[in-house]
Amino acid sequence: MTEDFEGVVKDALFSVAPDLEGEKIDPDKTFRDQFEIDSIDFLNFVIRLSKASGIDIPEEDYPELESLQDAVAYLCRRKGSK
Amino acid sequence: MVETQKGAIEIEAFQDGILEEVLVKPGEEAPVGCPLAYIRAPGEAAREEPTTEKTKTEGEIHSPQTAATPKLAPSAAAPPSSQRGVRMTPAARRFAAEHQLDPRALKTGTDGVIGLREVEAAIEAGPKSAGLELNKRAAGIDPGQMRRAIAAAVTRANREIPHYYVTLTIDMTPMMHWLALRNAERAVEHRLLYAAPLLRAVALSFAKFPDLNGTFENGAFVPADRINIGMAIAVRRCGLITPAILDTDQQDIDTLMTKLNDLVDRTRTGRLRSSELSMGTATLTNLGDRTADSLLPIIFPPQVAIVACGQIRARPWVVQGEVVARQLMDVTFAGDHRASDGRRGAQFLGHLASLLHTPEDIG
Repeated sequence: MTEDFEGVVKDALFSVAPDLEGEKIDPDKTFRDQFEIDSIDFLNFVIRLSKASGIDIPEEDYPELESLQDAVAYLCRRKGSK
Repeated sequence: MVETQKGAIEIEAFQDGILEEVLVKPGEEAPVGCPLAYIRAPGEAAREEPTTEKTKTEGEIHSPQTAATPKLAPSAAAPPSSQRGVRMTPAARRFAAEHQLDPRALKTGTDGVIGLREVEAAIEAGPKSAGLELNKRAAGIDPGQMRRAIAAAVTRANREIPHYYVTLTIDMTPMMHWLALRNAERAVEHRLLYAAPLLRAVALSFAKFPDLNGTFENGAFVPADRINIGMAIAVRRCGLITPAILDTDQQDIDTLMTKLNDLVDRTRTGRLRSSELSMGTATLTNLGDRTADSLLPIIFPPQVAIVACGQIRARPWVVQGEVVARQLMDVTFAGDHRASDGRRGAQFLGHLASLLHTPEDIG
């Protein structure tokens, strides 16, 4: 089973920052550096990511969610280890 | 909701009553000072001659003795109603009907409600893509106008206000530790950002220093009778706005977090209320994570004080004679020297630091 984690991450990002919808995302760069995502945006992004994936995301894991590539890897790992 | 040159803002009605007559219809333009609607106060006699369409000409100023208050947002009198599962404002419903749009084909705004702007965007997008790209539009925000509004405010501030600055480095380690423990036992949607307790601590400090909370008008300081802290909120690639949270000192941290989230969302989608833009009594600007260590802020006139926080970053700090790594935040207070002196600003920062050092007391 391969889930579309990239789609999940993008949906979460675009729902907190709808003005970014359609923007190209550099997978290695942090959302913060690319799109001026601030703390409130980021918290709302994590909330949506958690809801969409069904994973409880503790606060200490936040640094692993800062870029598209890292967030996808995180979801893969957490889903895989369930 | 009224679209102004400073963006779309909701005009609130501050008086109870019955919406007797709407003078300016949705989509129409009105000059400044023009009554938008009549509200009949409880017990007040009905107007003898309702204003007809003919008398409502552009530029004409009505000054009716019987009008309780001239301004009213249509949504204030007729809240969004639910019909066939679609939450839509009455004005938007009418507007959509006029253009033969099916409400069910429209996307809601970020607040889950379809308003005029959602309908407008659907009409602009054309029949093919109606409702498809609505979320992208930050309605009511014009980058050029926002830049000009910022330019006007800061130019006035630097021309009229003799600023002084005092800075204090505050050890935020206890606060961050307290927050981490608190957040660990909470679901992600109920977690707090440090901005919420910071905002509360700043509001409580202004409560303690009423001589710094207010405005400078006609050559004298006028203390405010409530504490409405304006928050500098950035709008991506556009600028920033400083809407206020009314009675900030009266709210607990969870309420402030909710209000902050709501305020940020409405700032970025152009849905601020007039009171939020006009009733601030002091301002907080918080640079936030991974930005810079400190900033020297510009007072938002006619206020007399602004508090600016740099990022929180682990740096060396001396605790009981030992150099240790602590989470430090540089806080700069800018005051209007006509209203107060640097010593007062330093006392303010000292009080703010003591509050932030004992988070359990303000939580």
